[in-house]
Amino acid sequence: MKQKPHLRWVEFAIESLIRVIGFSTVGFVILIFLFLLREGLPAFAQIDLGNLFGTRWYPTFGLFGTLPLILGSVLITISAIVIALPLGVATAVFIREVAPNWAREILKPMIEVLAGIPSVVLGFFGMTLVAPIVRETFGAPTGLVAFTGALILAYMSLPTIISVAEDALDAVPKMYRDAGLAMGATQWQTIWRVVVPAARSGIVTAVMLGMGRAIGETMAVMMVTGNAARMPLGLDALFRPVRTMTATVAAEMGEVAHGSVHYHVLFAIGIILFVITFLINLAAASTMFRKRRRGGLR
Amino acid sequence: MARMLRIVAAIGLGAWVALALARCGAPQPASGTEPPPAVSIQQKGSDTLVNLALAWAEEYMRLHPEVRISVTGGGSGTGIAALINGTVDIANASREMKPEEIAEAQKNGYTPHEHIVAWDAIAVVVHPSNPVDGLTLQQVSDIYTGKITNWRQVGGEDRPIVLLSRESNSGTYVYFLEHVVRLGDPKSDALFSPDTLLMPSSEGISAEVRQNPNAIGYDGLGYVTPDQKTLAIARDANGPFVLPSAETVNNGTYPIARPLYMYTVGEPSPHVRAYLDWVLGDGQRLVAGVGFVPLKQSPTGGSAAP
Repeated sequence: MKQKPHLRWVEFAIESLIRVIGFSTVGFVILIFLFLLREGLPAFAQIDLGNLFGTRWYPTFGLFGTLPLILGSVLITISAIVIALPLGVATAVFIREVAPNWAREILKPMIEVLAGIPSVVLGFFGMTLVAPIVRETFGAPTGLVAFTGALILAYMSLPTIISVAEDALDAVPKMYRDAGLAMGATQWQTIWRVVVPAARSGIVTAVMLGMGRAIGETMAVMMVTGNAARMPLGLDALFRPVRTMTATVAAEMGEVAHGSVHYHVLFAIGIILFVITFLINLAAASTMFRKRRRGGLR
Repeated sequence: MARMLRIVAAIGLGAWVALALARCGAPQPASGTEPPPAVSIQQKGSDTLVNLALAWAEEYMRLHPEVRISVTGGGSGTGIAALINGTVDIANASREMKPEEIAEAQKNGYTPHEHIVAWDAIAVVVHPSNPVDGLTLQQVSDIYTGKITNWRQVGGEDRPIVLLSRESNSGTYVYFLEHVVRLGDPKSDALFSPDTLLMPSSEGISAEVRQNPNAIGYDGLGYVTPDQKTLAIARDANGPFVLPSAETVNNGTYPIARPLYMYTVGEPSPHVRAYLDWVLGDGQRLVAGVGFVPLKQSPTGGSAAP
């Protein structure tokens, strides 16, 4: 059937519009990165690298050591993932494989609600309720420590991890399960030895996306980690305060003199953060797009 | 949080003032019924004072719509320099004018007039259960540089000390660093211990001080709530330990307090005069809300905000 020329024109316009919107997303990311580079690169020229990657962060006194901030972000992100990974995967397995239909219907929307809680609310919750518990339970001098931040971040990255991991489990063909059960495996053995390994790449993606979520989180972290720019080394680092890159930028950007060295250094931190999140997302994407191996199960 | 709100309000007001100024600058603005502002007062200077100055300007412009007051920060030195050059009517300063600045003003034919408009006092606070009642400035400095790390060393229980500070962009941080951590010695390069927890708001400090018996914090006197224990401070080991209050701040016995100034030059115009009179009179009731201590005259002044 031949279309009217008028309709074809409308269709073309709509298609073009959608294409432009799609490409503009990429364009905005590139523009944001260029802006970051323009504002942040001068920092690398204005102060020497020994200072920029030193261990002392006293920006009002010309000491711009970003190392404690980078390590602080890394420490709480990794700790958060270590906490969130078993919980997230277990929840996804429960929802997908174990829970009866009615429970699944209740749980899935509730997890989506979890993702919608504003981070400032979680930060306040962490500051007034979790921090005292952490202080009393672990005998730390204060509850505003890396571990409290990691707990809150784990909670915040759980919805991402659960939904992506659940999708990955969902994509495992039903015949894998049937085959497992037919071989005489129990349901637990089927889940643990067949279904979860088959969904492995999806679960890795889930963890990566959860990490991306955690490392970029600002408000809650700023409220519960104490923001002390100390080097988070040593065994007790998890129970001492840390300062993250995001909290530093958020806390200091408001009052910094435009165009000063401090201003450029804050953007340089933005570049570092951007590169780290970009690499994490890239790793997530590469596992996601990797051709799923069939039959390669151990 | 109150300070946060104030900053938001200040930004809003700043933008509005900028717009208003831009409109004034435009040739022949077609401003319908509203008469153009008759007078404008330019203020510049201390970043410490900027929130208070904005609060005053906001209220004064509400009471006197014919007056436009613009307030900008930039630091006490910037404000005083602008005053000497005659580009502003009032310079806000958190320090006294230096002799060379006064000399320079006189060289330009201006005589600076000093007005103390409010007091900035910092209270040192701990958990209500902490048995320590007072500290000397030297002890507070040693605590914040990390030389003293246990409450036992200053007569308290055997507990580690958790240091709380405002963020480094706060005027309170700079004042506390210069006058307490460095004990007012300009040659000192002492810094806060790297273990110091930097809290993004006054609420952050009070929340932690309320619930953590190890904590010590400081903040503007107006922000201290009654559920924290305020320490008495002594200039040295012999000196009297003085609790901060409107009284002790105004008579200069509490050591961590400084007057905040507005400077004018020559004979101020009647409008500037009227504004300053209002600031020193009725305007004082806005002072506590911004975290500072009002001048002595107001009988209810100086109490912590509820």
